[in-house]
Amino acid sequence: MSTVLALQAELPEFDPLAALNPIRAEADWIGLRYSQETSHRRTARNGRPEQNSVSIERGVMIEALVDGQIAYAGTSDLSAAGIADAARRAAALARASARHKLFGYSEAQRPKAQGRYHSPRRIDLAAADLAGFTAGLIEATRRLRVSDRIVTAAAEANLVETELRYVSSNGSDISQSFLMTGQNFVAIAQDGGETQQRSLNGPTARCWQAGAEAYDWDRLYGECERVGREALELLDAQDCPNASLDLILAPDQMLLQIHESVGHPLELDRILGDERNYAGWSFVKPEDFGTLRYGSELMNIVFDPTLAGQFAAYAYDDGGHPARREYLIQDGLLLRGLGGLESQARSGLPGVANFRSASWNRAPIDRMANINLEPGASSLEAMIASVERGIYMEANRSWSIDDYRNKFQFGCEYARLIEDGRLTQVVKNPNYRGISVPFWRSLKAVGNPEEFRAYGTPYCGKGEPNQVIRVGHASPPCLFAQVEVFGGGA
Amino acid sequence: MNFIEQTHALFDRLAEGAFAGLQAGEELNLNLGAEAQTYLRFNDSKVRQATDVAQRHLSLSFQAHGRRLVLGFDLSGQAEQDAATLGSLVARARAETRALPEDPFLVPMANNGGSANQHPGDLPDPAAAIDQIAGLTAGTDFTGFFAMGPQIRATRNSLGQNHWFATESFFLDYSLYTVNAAGENKAVKGLYADRAWRAERCAASVAGSRARLELLRRDSRALPPGGYRVYFAPAAVAELVGMFSWGAVSYGAWKKGDSALRKLVEGEAELSPLFNLAENFDLGLSPRFNSLGEVAPARLPVIERGQLKNLLVSARSAQEYGAVSNAAEPEGWTGEFLRSPEVAAGDLPEAEALKALDTGLYIGNLHYLNWSDTQNARVTGMTRYACFWVEGGEIVAPIRDLRFDESLYRVFGPELLALTREAETQVNTDTYGRRALGGSRVPGALVGDFRFTL
Repeated sequence: MSTVLALQAELPEFDPLAALNPIRAEADWIGLRYSQETSHRRTARNGRPEQNSVSIERGVMIEALVDGQIAYAGTSDLSAAGIADAARRAAALARASARHKLFGYSEAQRPKAQGRYHSPRRIDLAAADLAGFTAGLIEATRRLRVSDRIVTAAAEANLVETELRYVSSNGSDISQSFLMTGQNFVAIAQDGGETQQRSLNGPTARCWQAGAEAYDWDRLYGECERVGREALELLDAQDCPNASLDLILAPDQMLLQIHESVGHPLELDRILGDERNYAGWSFVKPEDFGTLRYGSELMNIVFDPTLAGQFAAYAYDDGGHPARREYLIQDGLLLRGLGGLESQARSGLPGVANFRSASWNRAPIDRMANINLEPGASSLEAMIASVERGIYMEANRSWSIDDYRNKFQFGCEYARLIEDGRLTQVVKNPNYRGISVPFWRSLKAVGNPEEFRAYGTPYCGKGEPNQVIRVGHASPPCLFAQVEVFGGGA
Repeated sequence: MNFIEQTHALFDRLAEGAFAGLQAGEELNLNLGAEAQTYLRFNDSKVRQATDVAQRHLSLSFQAHGRRLVLGFDLSGQAEQDAATLGSLVARARAETRALPEDPFLVPMANNGGSANQHPGDLPDPAAAIDQIAGLTAGTDFTGFFAMGPQIRATRNSLGQNHWFATESFFLDYSLYTVNAAGENKAVKGLYADRAWRAERCAASVAGSRARLELLRRDSRALPPGGYRVYFAPAAVAELVGMFSWGAVSYGAWKKGDSALRKLVEGEAELSPLFNLAENFDLGLSPRFNSLGEVAPARLPVIERGQLKNLLVSARSAQEYGAVSNAAEPEGWTGEFLRSPEVAAGDLPEAEALKALDTGLYIGNLHYLNWSDTQNARVTGMTRYACFWVEGGEIVAPIRDLRFDESLYRVFGPELLALTREAETQVNTDTYGRRALGGSRVPGALVGDFRFTL
């Protein structure tokens, strides 16, 4: 019998609802969030296996509301005694901190909700053969290595199975099941002292809710051969010019642009100052909602946890709030922030269902889910044709933005100049920089629905204690007017 | 038994059971990361979130027939149950290693000896910590993060290796905010960390930070992009030195064509003779053993007088490239990263740093660094917190934040004018997944020309 990708470990049954009953009296309100997540990481390099690891994270987070303060206790001891001890610790911590609470919370921030979610998948990991999958990764590295000048060809697959169950003393009972995948296929080309890297859409962009069907090997092999050749093109390319140019960003770079300069500044907990000590504050102020012209009229940004297959799709956030699609920015006007019920109560601002935690051992905070730029009417071809002198960039490789989410500088893997309405030579080390609102106000054209692509990243860091969480971003290619671009050099 | 004692007993029992069940030709390495932490998050001197976490994660590296599989799970703390889970994972590993192709660079396990280090602390009750922090910061715009409790790292393998490290400690990492004359938010950063909590020392730290706020209340100066003479306080230098861990001094990254310091490694470039970087475990901030149980040298020079002395070499890189391991960590985000970096102090008295700067920028902290051109070790990032315009050795005004884009070859090369005589220890305050160990020790740095771009 062949070994399958799915991991079956000997884990005892756990019934969250049964575990909740004995601890109901520990607090004015109590919640229990059970999480079991199995993460597979499989990698190959230069025709050989590299890493094979699987990790199971399993535990509960107890939330206790006492005297208007909510505190948390996480434990991986799922015995009755372990749950009871965690409930007592959460209640004691709530009681101790209630004297110095920032805001008086109530059950209104944890409304009763019941429902289920099951992310889309065609091939479960139990139906995927491990040996065949590993052979696919190894073959992908061979396809990436189109020349001896490719010194590193690496393939990585991350497969994550998550089961969540949230129950509370006021009757919430939510089950959500996810199967997610992340892919990275990368070629590093070297010639003398020159090194260039090219990957399929950037090292972390290919993230979706899907099963093993996301590994259509024949299609992937073809894509790997293309990026191998493009890595070689970069070796021979000239540096990106230092100039102010019209800039077209492909969807695999738009994901980062949206994430850093729209997603993070709109998080209500940042605007409320919770993140000032770590991730930072925001240039967006409470009075900006409904008034700030964030971008040109072509800018339509939605919070959309309902887009099937996108990386951060879900039906309920970790406070039990039902998730639905909402406009954050419509026709360039800022309408709504990214904040769950706690932040909405504190700020009085409209928000969304995005109160999320990274695992059972962390309390939920305001998080992006799927933040998408709605398609427009332009084709990429028409956008290019409209540019007299410009540049087209693909795939993120460098990211940095200030703590108010204003001054950014991003780098891409691959770029081509646009001259007289046509794509021309490939240039290496393409970077650009700008300031969030002026940049978005320079949005001149937005790609059409046929060019709308969904990507994401598993590595959005935030919070104290720190949490890394999955987010999704979908967009068509977009054209921005007169952006400062530049290349490499010491 | 307390958390550390319970965890030690559980780990030993699980390890001995698992090793006893191995078959001929099988090797097993167990790594434990555990903590019991109180995490308190403050905003406006009030408690925003309070979380208590007890967690133990066991990772097993199983090797047989030239193949390797790493499996991990969160321990429940119930010995029978955890032993059953561990047994089922070993069985999975046995099956999987038959299904996987051979790994030509597999590192055979070794008995890398044993060690036991415990550093007990004197930590407050969480309720007392809350009362004291909220009390002594009342009336200020204080936002911060307090983490407290025991941390454990341990490794054992089936060949007899056995290393144990446990410590009890805390840190309070915080920011104090004010609004300046132009209506802009300005802040100073503070950190109080130790193994023994003393409320009066915490109060002194906050009072010192509060005093520094006065300078930030002045109207700020907006500086145009360009090159400036800069003094970097140690916290800012630590951020720059952090980039060395993003593959720059990794032997494997160099061989894979992914090192930002290739030119230094291959002798095409050098840094300033003032610049000395070492991995120094004598700082006592993290265990010397890695996940393979290898014990690193107490002190490993990485760059001496601007010349490369050693790259960080893990056993896997050693196996693949025929090098000699210096017990660098093979796992993690990049692998072969600095765990306890130290930049040697210089001869500029810190008290004379502003005078030596004369006219230029005092940079208290940097933020969100990333490579912008790895070929040339160029880094971009932002100024953050207490940063000032200085004229004639005197602070004139706080600045509006600036973006920089500059090469480490220049910062720690020809533009490095001096390092301070005093160095500061910066404990690692990361808490992704679990609270980190480690930290760095660096001086302040005077740089002749540093390029800001936005």
